[in-house]
Amino acid sequence: MDDLWSQIFNFANYGELLALVKNSILAGALLGVLGGLIGPFVMSRDLAFAVHGVSELSFAGASAALLFGVNVVAGSLAGSLIAAVLIGVLGVRARERNSIIAVLMPFGLGLGILFLALYQGRSANKFGLLIGQIVSVDNPQLLSLVIVSVVVIASLLLIWRPLTFASVDEDVALARGVPVVALSLGFMILLGLAVAVSIQIVGALLVLALLVTPAAAAMRVTASPLLTPLLSVAFALVAMVGGILLAIGGGLPISPYVTTISFLIYLVCRVVGSRRANSDDGAPSHRYLKARRLS
Amino acid sequence: MSEPVLTLRAATLAFGKRQLWHNLNLAVQPGEFLAVLGPNGSGKTSLLKTILGQQRLSSGSVELLGSPIRQGSREIGYIPQQKLMEDGTPLRARDLIALGVDGQRWGLPFHSRAVRRRVDDVLEAVGASDYGNVSVSKLSGGEQQRVRVGQSIASHPKLLLCDEPLISLDLHHQRTVSELIDAQRRALNTAVVFVTHDINPILPFVDRVLYLAGGRFSVGTPDDVLRSEVLSSMYNTPVEVIKSRGRIAVLGAPEGYGVHDHLEHHVESAASAVASASIAASGSVTGTEN
Repeated sequence: MDDLWSQIFNFANYGELLALVKNSILAGALLGVLGGLIGPFVMSRDLAFAVHGVSELSFAGASAALLFGVNVVAGSLAGSLIAAVLIGVLGVRARERNSIIAVLMPFGLGLGILFLALYQGRSANKFGLLIGQIVSVDNPQLLSLVIVSVVVIASLLLIWRPLTFASVDEDVALARGVPVVALSLGFMILLGLAVAVSIQIVGALLVLALLVTPAAAAMRVTASPLLTPLLSVAFALVAMVGGILLAIGGGLPISPYVTTISFLIYLVCRVVGSRRANSDDGAPSHRYLKARRLS
Repeated sequence: MSEPVLTLRAATLAFGKRQLWHNLNLAVQPGEFLAVLGPNGSGKTSLLKTILGQQRLSSGSVELLGSPIRQGSREIGYIPQQKLMEDGTPLRARDLIALGVDGQRWGLPFHSRAVRRRVDDVLEAVGASDYGNVSVSKLSGGEQQRVRVGQSIASHPKLLLCDEPLISLDLHHQRTVSELIDAQRRALNTAVVFVTHDINPILPFVDRVLYLAGGRFSVGTPDDVLRSEVLSSMYNTPVEVIKSRGRIAVLGAPEGYGVHDHLEHHVESAASAVASASIAASGSVTGTEN
């Protein structure tokens, strides 16, 4: 039991390890910001399932790149973008979208498994794509992650307001001349890029913990359109950086740490959110709701 | 006479062989309240989509403020059918209104003091100040539509398009939301095009009616259009229009043209369905009201 425990949490030579993975932590933090910012849009556009679908095709692209010995990030980006554009163009309505994702997803996963089965290299590389492995990310790769993340974050900030309009109130946005269709496709491309870079760190199976869970948690405790992304970023940062810091001591992948922290934050937010809804804690909005329930 | 806000010239819309309306000429003046009536499938919603540039005419032209329409416009305020926002949507009542002020602008949603003041004024104007900071998804249907009215007029549009905004509201809220729309168009001299299947809640405010049915249309004041002869000729079957205590009931419109074929539970149409069933016996239309 002690053995198991020290395998999960091991802080021997922690200082030296920390210096080794400094860059990875910075990249993780950047991904936290990215995931936290894009998450509220994923939620309000109802794209959680799409994230999962895109990540499977991204996984297929990455494993193809691994097999053919080309840049894994590039392969992952290619898979992601193909999936994101297909879903964006073919799945305008939610129901169509879900069936397209459900069709694409197993195909992508199957392709990925095929490429990995054919791959003769280090097996850690194989699993890294599925379950994440930040420490193995080398410096040139890290640089490409940073560039893509910065591009996505900057684009998001630029289209933030009309994207919000189009996401939460599509009919009115359309009537007001907001380019809803272009924004929708543009967002799918940004989402594809975000998924591709997230996969390098948390792995294809666990991308949702970075792109969806923090935003879902934030939405339990606030309805403010400013506070939601801020909290979501904070949660994603804590999960990412915290997960890396806990993981580097043992030899385990970082994803279980990230997903567990992410999940715990969500649980806490759910409890806080439902407590607030039930108690008269003095906030005017809750007093108002309470008053209405009584009337 | 001032320049019309909305002009349709010889406008025809047909889907294949089915003609919704043919050779429709219409000019809506600033401050005018136009009600668009007609059974389902008569092209009311298609008319709105045409004005919004989402539906192309088969022939003819449509102009907004003297220029050809585009895909949506900042000069248009739009009130959609009431559709409850999903729980957890990160949007408060004031944010929905703010989107009506500057939602199309690029960048981050930080608002200048002028925009914040405008949002406060609008909340006040539609009587929603009490719940400005409440999540939209937690508001009742009537409250949401109040906020919708605020959103639609927040940028002083020249034309207000209303797509059945009273559907699924109870009679009390139908009245208050109609009054709000009327008050706002008077204050801002906004033209209103109001699509509805039931004219009664807005009857006191309506200047003209556009009635669409059976591929035909009829335009004029409510008294001109809502008459048994006019509607009978449009439906091509005897239809009776009954006016009683300031309310109007259309009875005997053919099935499928239905005045009561909405899926949503709707007090008014339920009432008129009962009325048309019992009218021979009791002779009363208003008996089932409330």
